[in-house]
Amino acid sequence: MNSSLVSEIGSLTVEHLTLVLVSMAIAIALAVPAGILITRRAGWRPWVLGFANVMQTIPSLALFGFLIPVPLIGGIGKRTAIVALVLYALLPILRNTLAGILGVDAAVRESAVAMGMTGWQTLWRVEMPLAARTILAGIRVATVTTIGTATIAAAIGGGGLGVFIFRGIASVDTVQILAGAVPAACMALAADGALGLLERRWSV
Amino acid sequence: MSSTVEFRAASYRIGTREILRPLTLTVEAGETLVLLGHSGSGKTTALKMVNGLLSPASGEVLVDGRATTAWDPVRLKRRIGYVIQDIGLFPHYTVAENVGLVPRLEGWDAPRVRARVDGLLRQVGLAPDQFGGRYPRELSGGQRQRVGVARALAADPSVLLFDEPFAAVDPVTRLELQKQFLALRQELGRTSIFVTHDVREALMLATRVALLKNGALELLSTPREFLESRNPEALAFLECLDWEAPQS
Repeated sequence: MNSSLVSEIGSLTVEHLTLVLVSMAIAIALAVPAGILITRRAGWRPWVLGFANVMQTIPSLALFGFLIPVPLIGGIGKRTAIVALVLYALLPILRNTLAGILGVDAAVRESAVAMGMTGWQTLWRVEMPLAARTILAGIRVATVTTIGTATIAAAIGGGGLGVFIFRGIASVDTVQILAGAVPAACMALAADGALGLLERRWSV
Repeated sequence: MSSTVEFRAASYRIGTREILRPLTLTVEAGETLVLLGHSGSGKTTALKMVNGLLSPASGEVLVDGRATTAWDPVRLKRRIGYVIQDIGLFPHYTVAENVGLVPRLEGWDAPRVRARVDGLLRQVGLAPDQFGGRYPRELSGGQRQRVGVARALAADPSVLLFDEPFAAVDPVTRLELQKQFLALRQELGRTSIFVTHDVREALMLATRVALLKNGALELLSTPREFLESRNPEALAFLECLDWEAPQS
């Protein structure tokens, strides 16, 4: 392996990681509040979950493609890639937030209300701490999936480790494919392990 | 500091099904009214209307002369202690944190909360040093129930509501808890409403028993009068007492 390949692996790994971190930050910022909201508004549940569900059923390469002509969020480049990754990551976080909060023991919830805790106090002091582990499990699944899916971002000029993979496919160069696939796989394993550790720490 | 609770033709329904027919009943300051009845008699429904967990479909429930719907919901709940069968202790809080929660929400400073928690734990028969730092999962059923009572007493409520609090513990522990309830009542003199389906418990703890059947008040009497009642529903409950002693 020559030194220019090594340095490119380094820079594309950083780029890949940035794509994943930005996408996950946005996905968490959207999906956790939305998940909390639909615990309060049962009527919105099928619509919100339905949207996230449909997003996840679209083949990833097609989703990236669909976004290119969309004004404001579309086009070629990182922004479009991030939008697609966010849409992909929503479902597991949303679903686990909903399940985690609804899973809080009814007697515990009733106690909180009967003790005169306000809606926010019940949410922050009781429901969120008890649901944290489940929500984190959803974030873990979403993160691992996003690391894999982000390799496709290269197809629409989003950069990241996918650049190696697409280049490798185009030139039938296994070394190039491995240069993209191996760091991505390692990153996914590391993220899975680290978040899993955090999840176990969080047991109540 | 004790309150009166007054039901004025208060009813409750789910859809068209009437769970509680218009109930009129006054609970005097300092008394222990036991709501006795089968499952589905409306006793828990009546109880939950007192602290505003449920709002009457018609009529009203007054706490200290003011309708529950006119109270600020949070203020009303904070002055009413509530103990339920499943206890609902917060599993992520220690015993001391569970008991001290409402005082903390009320803005008490830390030393005052600690003093209050220690006092309450002693009052329900749990050594603060030994139990304060434990989590609910590390306690027995009876100990958890004691913590539940201590938590309900924490912010010095003027009314206490009990929803079959001792139903899930073994008979020996139950008797201990019942005795402690009587001792606490002596000490605190708080207005209490106690829901049970156990006639023995009702007669032991009540100053008056309100017998409910299918959402309607059948009989309101002192325990002594209850024992002599000819009301068929009362007789059905009293028969349970006879069968508890071995028949020879």
